[in-house]
Amino acid sequence: MTGWFNVILQGVLIGGLYAMFAAGLSLIFGVMRLVNIAHGDLIVLAAYIALMATTSLGLDPLTSLIIVVPAMALIGYALQRGLLNRTLGDDLLPPLLVTFGLSIIIQNGLLELFTADSRKLQAGAIEVQTLQVMQGVWVGALPFIQFVVAVAVIAGLQQLFYRTALGRAFRATSDDQAVAQLMGLDTRHVFAMAMALSLAIVAIAGVFLAVRANFDPSIGPARLIFGFEAVIIGGLGSMWGTLAGGVILGVAQAIGAQIDPGWQLLAGHIAFLVILAVRPQGLFPKVSG
Amino acid sequence: MASILSLENISKRFGAVVVADGIDLALDQGEALGIIGPNGAGKTTLFGMATGTVTPDAGRIVYDGADITRLAPERRCRLGLARSFQIPQPFSGMTVFENVVVAAAFGAGESERAVYDRCADLLDRCGLIDKANKRAGGLTLLDRKRLELARALATKPRVLLLDEVAGGLTEHECGTLVELIKTVRAGGVSIIWIEHVVHALLAVVDRLAVLHGGKIIASGDPHTVIRSPQVEEIYMGIAADA
Repeated sequence: MTGWFNVILQGVLIGGLYAMFAAGLSLIFGVMRLVNIAHGDLIVLAAYIALMATTSLGLDPLTSLIIVVPAMALIGYALQRGLLNRTLGDDLLPPLLVTFGLSIIIQNGLLELFTADSRKLQAGAIEVQTLQVMQGVWVGALPFIQFVVAVAVIAGLQQLFYRTALGRAFRATSDDQAVAQLMGLDTRHVFAMAMALSLAIVAIAGVFLAVRANFDPSIGPARLIFGFEAVIIGGLGSMWGTLAGGVILGVAQAIGAQIDPGWQLLAGHIAFLVILAVRPQGLFPKVSG
Repeated sequence: MASILSLENISKRFGAVVVADGIDLALDQGEALGIIGPNGAGKTTLFGMATGTVTPDAGRIVYDGADITRLAPERRCRLGLARSFQIPQPFSGMTVFENVVVAAAFGAGESERAVYDRCADLLDRCGLIDKANKRAGGLTLLDRKRLELARALATKPRVLLLDEVAGGLTEHECGTLVELIKTVRAGGVSIIWIEHVVHALLAVVDRLAVLHGGKIIASGDPHTVIRSPQVEEIYMGIAADA
């Protein structure tokens, strides 16, 4: 009994990471209808930036966030202003193709710079620290922190969307770009801010990913799939839905792995397909305007 | 009197359809100008060109002495040029108050906190204060039209372009709207108003222009213009209402 409880609990905690993968994707799609195929590779890029920060400056991974988050946000702003804004229009295909190209460029760039060797961020003693939740159930300090951070990120986004001027700018632009412009909103700047925010979240996700497991330049696309699945399960446009989607995906994978180690990914995909078949709009779709 | 907005020799065609054929139109500071014309005469496109969502093929648009022909819509809004849409286009997922706050904060370049009072006051003037926290997507037609106006006013316009705000309203609703537009005008805002409901228009405007086939075919004192042979020929009968 505690065995299964433990499995589900670990799944929930990893779901926090998937929710962070998904939140950035969902934000970008929501604000500018852009499907960012390079999202997973940007997560890996953030992991490598963290790797450089930890090895060259001697920071521990969590502290390196104070460098990685602003760096990724800047990259996001520049990427949107310099490249992606030019691809946006009535046609969904150009941004799809351009971000697909970007994905290939990032993978190969990282391969050239860092080789295909697996890397990992070393977080020191905190990696092996645990908290006892109940008799026979232990939780690692890092997965716990990761989940708390994920909840904080989602809650922060929710607050930002509904309580700040920037959030209202995001929602207004998402609702009607042309009218938003007539109300004085510089939509190119709004889009760039959305991408900056998305990549700031990617930075956090990338660092936790890199502390948790080995990474190399090729693992981005699989993270993209996890992110997509979490978004679809939760329902497009809903931030808390994204967290639920991540958790469901994490739990499904954990249960799959418990039955047979080879079933981990399969179980996640099956959970995704079942939800897509039964409830294609996702669990918590945004109320449509 | 100096003109605040002028369209100079503006031309625009969509494929074979000419919607503006060398239009010259100037709005004086503080003036209220009405524009009438049959459907498809190019009235709404004129507003699109003035606010920057439609680029003219030829000609120049001058606002407050500066050429704004190539200026982005959001820059024009911040300079004080606002419009309403014939078919209201609220940000439907946001509340009525949020709609106005976004327009006030970004359109007038102020912080959100600084505009709350002004927005509440505006909603009160536009008769929407009771619905401030309702989702804009769920409003009735009248309320959507009121919101269009409130949102345009929230940007602190110096020139307000109204696109058929009275259409589809009852006589009483229309009267309320006319009173509101009069107070806006009294506040020093220059207005161009496109309208089919001629009696509402005549209650407000100083000058009336008639747009037909992409040209201004008559312009001058509203009561003279409305009785002119050109207008009677285009409208046949509608002029009798005036």
